[in-house]
Amino acid sequence: MWLSRPFNERSTRLFLLILVLAVTLVTILHLALPPENPLYVSGYTVGLLGKYLCYALLAVAVDLVWGYLGILSLGHGAFFALGGYAMGMYLMRQIGDRGTYGDPVLPDFMVFLNWESLPWYWHGFDMAWFAFLMVLLAPGALALVFGYLAFRSRVTGVYLSIITQAMTFALMLAFFRNEMGFGGNNGLTDFYDILGFDLRSGATRLGLFIASGVALALGYVLCRAIVASKLGRVCVASRDAEARTRFLGYRVERVQLFVFVVSAMLAGVAGALYVPQVGIINPSEFEPLFSIEIVVWVALGGRATLYGAVIGAILVNYAKTVFTGVMPDAWLFALGGLFVVSTVLLPKGIAGVLAYRRKQRNESDTTEVPA
Amino acid sequence: MRIPCTLMGQTRCHAAMTRIVNLWLLCLLLIALPFAAMAQDDADDGQALLEALDVRSFQDKAEAIEAIIQSEDERANDWLQALLDGDLQRHKDDGRFVIITDNVGREWPARDALTGEDVGEISRRELSRIDINNALRSQLRSALSMVELYTGERDERLDAAEGLIGDVDDELADSLESRLDDEADADVRNRLNQALAVYRLEQGEMDAVETLSGSLNSDVRIALSRAAEGEGAVADAARAALVDIEQKLKVNRGLETLYFGLSMGSVLVLAAIGLAITFGVMGVINMAHGELIMLGAYSTWMMQQLLPGHPGLAVLLSIPVGFLVSALVGVIIERSVIQHLKGRPLETLLATFGVSLILQQLVRTVVSPLNRTVTTPEWMSGSVAINDALSLTLNRLYIMAFAVLVFVGLILIMRRTRLGLEVRAVTQNRAMARSMGIRATRVDILTFALGSGVAGLAGVALAQLTNVGPNLGQSYIIDSFMVVVFGGVGNLWGTLVAGLSLGVINQILEPWAGAVLAKILVLVFIILFIQKRPRGLFPQKGRAAEG
Amino acid sequence: MNLWQSMARRDRVFEFLAPAISPVDVRHGPILYMEDVTVSFDGFRAIDNLNLTIDDGELRCIIGPNGAGKTTMMDIITGKTRPDTGDVWFGSRHDLLTMNEPEIASLGIGRKFQKPTVFEALTVFENLELAMTADKRVIPTLTARLTGDVRDRIEEVLTMIQLADQQAQPAGILSHGQKQWLEIGMLLMQRPRLLLVDEPVAGMTEQEMERTAELLTSLAGKQSVVVVEHDMGFVRSIARTVTVLHQGSVLAEGSMDQVQSDPRVIEVYLGESEEAA
Repeated sequence: MWLSRPFNERSTRLFLLILVLAVTLVTILHLALPPENPLYVSGYTVGLLGKYLCYALLAVAVDLVWGYLGILSLGHGAFFALGGYAMGMYLMRQIGDRGTYGDPVLPDFMVFLNWESLPWYWHGFDMAWFAFLMVLLAPGALALVFGYLAFRSRVTGVYLSIITQAMTFALMLAFFRNEMGFGGNNGLTDFYDILGFDLRSGATRLGLFIASGVALALGYVLCRAIVASKLGRVCVASRDAEARTRFLGYRVERVQLFVFVVSAMLAGVAGALYVPQVGIINPSEFEPLFSIEIVVWVALGGRATLYGAVIGAILVNYAKTVFTGVMPDAWLFALGGLFVVSTVLLPKGIAGVLAYRRKQRNESDTTEVPA
Repeated sequence: MRIPCTLMGQTRCHAAMTRIVNLWLLCLLLIALPFAAMAQDDADDGQALLEALDVRSFQDKAEAIEAIIQSEDERANDWLQALLDGDLQRHKDDGRFVIITDNVGREWPARDALTGEDVGEISRRELSRIDINNALRSQLRSALSMVELYTGERDERLDAAEGLIGDVDDELADSLESRLDDEADADVRNRLNQALAVYRLEQGEMDAVETLSGSLNSDVRIALSRAAEGEGAVADAARAALVDIEQKLKVNRGLETLYFGLSMGSVLVLAAIGLAITFGVMGVINMAHGELIMLGAYSTWMMQQLLPGHPGLAVLLSIPVGFLVSALVGVIIERSVIQHLKGRPLETLLATFGVSLILQQLVRTVVSPLNRTVTTPEWMSGSVAINDALSLTLNRLYIMAFAVLVFVGLILIMRRTRLGLEVRAVTQNRAMARSMGIRATRVDILTFALGSGVAGLAGVALAQLTNVGPNLGQSYIIDSFMVVVFGGVGNLWGTLVAGLSLGVINQILEPWAGAVLAKILVLVFIILFIQKRPRGLFPQKGRAAEG
Repeated sequence: MNLWQSMARRDRVFEFLAPAISPVDVRHGPILYMEDVTVSFDGFRAIDNLNLTIDDGELRCIIGPNGAGKTTMMDIITGKTRPDTGDVWFGSRHDLLTMNEPEIASLGIGRKFQKPTVFEALTVFENLELAMTADKRVIPTLTARLTGDVRDRIEEVLTMIQLADQQAQPAGILSHGQKQWLEIGMLLMQRPRLLLVDEPVAGMTEQEMERTAELLTSLAGKQSVVVVEHDMGFVRSIARTVTVLHQGSVLAEGSMDQVQSDPRVIEVYLGESEEAA
């Protein structure tokens, strides 16, 4: 079966092994060691690592469309945020009457705005299964409509990048409006619990961290399966010679649409796991800067490798955590520099460097594919 | 309201007297300046007049105002105006009357109401204001207007006459009519006629409606709609006149929207036209374009800091300075980053985005993260009134003119100069142009400098409209790209049309959708538009464009 | 055997049984029919009232000076460019002007580009795999498996185009001539009814050229082949009917000898090129 194909690949097995080991190690260090131990992993760090894993999944989703399909999406933050909002709406409804105003149904911000009843699109989010379905469907539907329009009229390259950026920008403006019913610029926050587990407890945090690891593993395998299939080869073909692919009889726009929607859904899942771990979702996730940042994680890690995206996401975000803690002003300099360095000096990213090293080590290996 | 003497005679007499008093005072000053006693004497008169104002009853105040009008004191005008504006105040301790000149903060600068001397700053808690009510306000305005009508320059008379519309009563009407005979200026006469017609309309006279129909003055409209509420022929006529006025207003509102749209559009054109060169002609995606605009705006601010007291000169000088600063930074970006990424548009996009972050943070660190304000020079502030409902603000007019100049200049450069020819050659076939002896690298640098410099010019213009801050460019980059994409890449005319029409569309949408939603709608519109015409309004055709 | 497997199997069986020849209707005449086709770019008429018919199984060579509209003509047939006026029919059933590129491709019109375009990041084998006739919708492509039949067919073509040894190498490292061959191989994998071949022998050695000529002539009869070529020697070696395009319309048509003796042709094209040769 096509989904099992990635397990035959050495690189995927290695990736999964490292991921499982890392997650297990963190879990053990967190649970088994006393807080005084220098190797102890605090609850805060667990949350931070969980956030990195969500970002890594997001980066994998971006790499799928950028690396293999050649579509540079500068709006994937929007799919991430939509997934996050779907989860946020569920968490908001879970608060029930524990909010400041004690309204059993309406979230606090709606009471504050003097709203009488729940807007129609908030219905159903009190049920976990519905909310989790929307985590997939909301970004998926946006990607479907947007992608259908864009790919049908063959908007590609830089044009596509710019209108994806305009898309997320427009959504950001929209979500900033109180009238939209998503909490305006405060967004959704002050959550209590998820599926009955207290969000402030260490165990829930650990659970979410592990869930993020599992999601990353599944997302990675899914992307790998697509990439390793004939469809993946069609993707690469359309990336390098779109017209030629059409002349072979492939409906390139449908291939692009399919992969774009899958990628958007993965981004949505990443957003949904991200929100309970950071405890807030607000329109700033729609900021064009965030979407472009994701692309830089991928660029730094190395496009069209998937594992490179994971490396890039974790590295850049770790650097961000360090920088913003030590010298916050320098972070934008560093990030800006990263954009320049990763494109000018490291066009194939860290993964490219790794591959080059490996190639140098065993020159005899002729099956090496130049990226 | 009770005005004890006929204002007409009073004011006319007042005017004549004022002149005499003025002359007399002048002589007095020349002769008796050293004698402070004289001035003191004079002050006592005024003090009494003003003290009469500081009473509780508004009726008594009305009489005191009348007394001031009749006193023919040359400072009367000043006092009445201050009273109307609420600036006439009494010092709680020494009972002095002062006119405050600025009421911001706790300490208010003021001048003595009698001598006009600057008395420095007085705490607002030490002052008590002479309060007035609406009836007094109306009385004051009429009186002031009448004074102006007799003594003012043409523009002042025009303003005074306009102010009288809707405030005319029986007595004022008589004096206005006689003033009408003396008035030579047609515009002022027209205004006076309107003021009188409003009065006569209130009396139920039919022919007044005719005089008023077509007027866009808001007081006229109020009078007409009041008249239209009744029954009978006058009310019917008033209703008809109102419909007519509504029609005219609609046209004017349309014109105003168009004006604002075009001025916003010219800002967009200015912001996008540089991009149209670097992106459209050279095919280079420069995400730092917005920051080049920002640098232009900061150049204006810088120039004003360097030339304090000469805001106008600074703005003029900042045009070349802004151009050069942005052009220089543009060249640095081109040499250090973009030239290494030739033929890789997506990477160029990312790298220049990084540059934009660095530039923003640089400004935040070096200057300040806070917004800076650029002073608008005097000759750029104010507005041109076309009619009662439509006036065009000067700074926007200047920016429109500036945009046109920049656009024409660019067209000329691209069409008429050697550089333009070489740019077009390199754009079409780099290798061929090279083999014909065109130094492609030099052309790249110059083109990029030109595009970046124009971004700087856009910044100079923008500084006149908004605050200058590190995020200034960010808010324009997406709009600029939209304009270029909408207009068709590589087409300067397309950029012009697209920028102007997007500005107008935005202004049309804004009233019923709100600013944010209008912006969203415009973005959605462009996204949909690109579906229909992926190559913009004015696409380049042919096999070469397919790549 | 579970449901999934049986579905997959039926899919395979269907693909195996799928008619390799698309249902183009040639009972009433030519396989390709172009009438009064005009297309202009910014006022320049690239194709000007072009009339052209290709019979089923015919091998046609099209020659003409640069800018005569040869490539634009192919763009029109394959749906890349829409003409301003005129009719283009594939057989008597399919109006090509109402279809897009993939639809036209799946009807059985294959095209080899002037500049060889193969998928450089993919291996030679994968290039052929993608080109092969199959269900090319998204989900079937995602779940497609490399069956023995597919493998056999690819091996067969690999031998034919003499790239069997390079099958695991990325197409990007092939020589120019090899890329041309690979592209022809990809065309063969499609089993098209009509092959449009744009300058097939550019950059080939004498030997490779000979083999190409052999291959193209062997295809004719079963499939219709339209060759656009500059190399006169090559055209002479394969041509039965030659069409000369000039300024977007047909200048002359006939056998190589007829065309060569046509004074107008000599004037605009052949005269110069023979002198040059």
